[in-house]
Amino acid sequence: MTPTKVEGEYKVHKVFIYTLSTCGWCKLTKQFLRDNKVEYEYLDVDTASSEDRRGAIKELRARKAPPGFPIIIIDDEKLINGYKPDVIKEALGL
Amino acid sequence: MTSLDKVRQRAELDAKSRGYHLNPDPGFLQNLLEGLRENEERYGYPSCPCRMASGVFELDRDIICPCDYRDPDVEEYGSCYCCLYVDDEIHEGRKEATPIPERRPTEKQLRAYGPEGEEQKGPIGMPPIAGVAETGRKLFYCRQCGYVVFQDEPPYVCPICRAKREMFAEIRAGVKLLTI
Repeated sequence: MTPTKVEGEYKVHKVFIYTLSTCGWCKLTKQFLRDNKVEYEYLDVDTASSEDRRGAIKELRARKAPPGFPIIIIDDEKLINGYKPDVIKEALGL
Repeated sequence: MTSLDKVRQRAELDAKSRGYHLNPDPGFLQNLLEGLRENEERYGYPSCPCRMASGVFELDRDIICPCDYRDPDVEEYGSCYCCLYVDDEIHEGRKEATPIPERRPTEKQLRAYGPEGEEQKGPIGMPPIAGVAETGRKLFYCRQCGYVVFQDEPPYVCPICRAKREMFAEIRAGVKLLTI
């Protein structure tokens, strides 16, 4: 997989988000992480290569992610679905 | 390419005809309109910017904006899934717009994503008209106004008279639908 890395000062947790390039809530989530200077990686599933897209869907299913985007995965274990700033803040200890 | 103004006008007209509004946050709205334009460019139809489209018209039919789920979502939560369309309360700032649960049935999403997220192959655009046997679709009519649809299940709300789904009945006429 070839996710995009967004540099940030806050690197306490590994943050990965599955997003859609066209989705308003996904954009807000990325913005929220940037505003809080959180380092994260993301994959825009809709514009990814078909191989990456297949991989992403497989991964999301294996993690039993609920339908929809964004899906935020923290430290490879905690999963947050949707744009929920308070929940993300708490999970990241911000 | 469809201009952003055209996408906006189309959405505004549609909102007006339903008594809805477009998202009051200019930046958020701009993002969604750009997303719609992008999808129209990419797939040939403006599928929902917040859902993953398969690129196969038949599988994405229910999520072409305005999607099949918009009316019940605006009614229940005050906004559609994307928050492109909102009700008076959100428009006037009396209620905050927040993400809402996905109403689209999981089976439809799975079908669109493919069994293991396989790439869907198929022509983009209108498929040839098929009969009941090929599609599993049925005819339904609105008992209030007579509106007739040919789809898998009755609509949530009648697009003509706003009657609820319960007002729809299946038409079981012995009509043979020909495949053209």
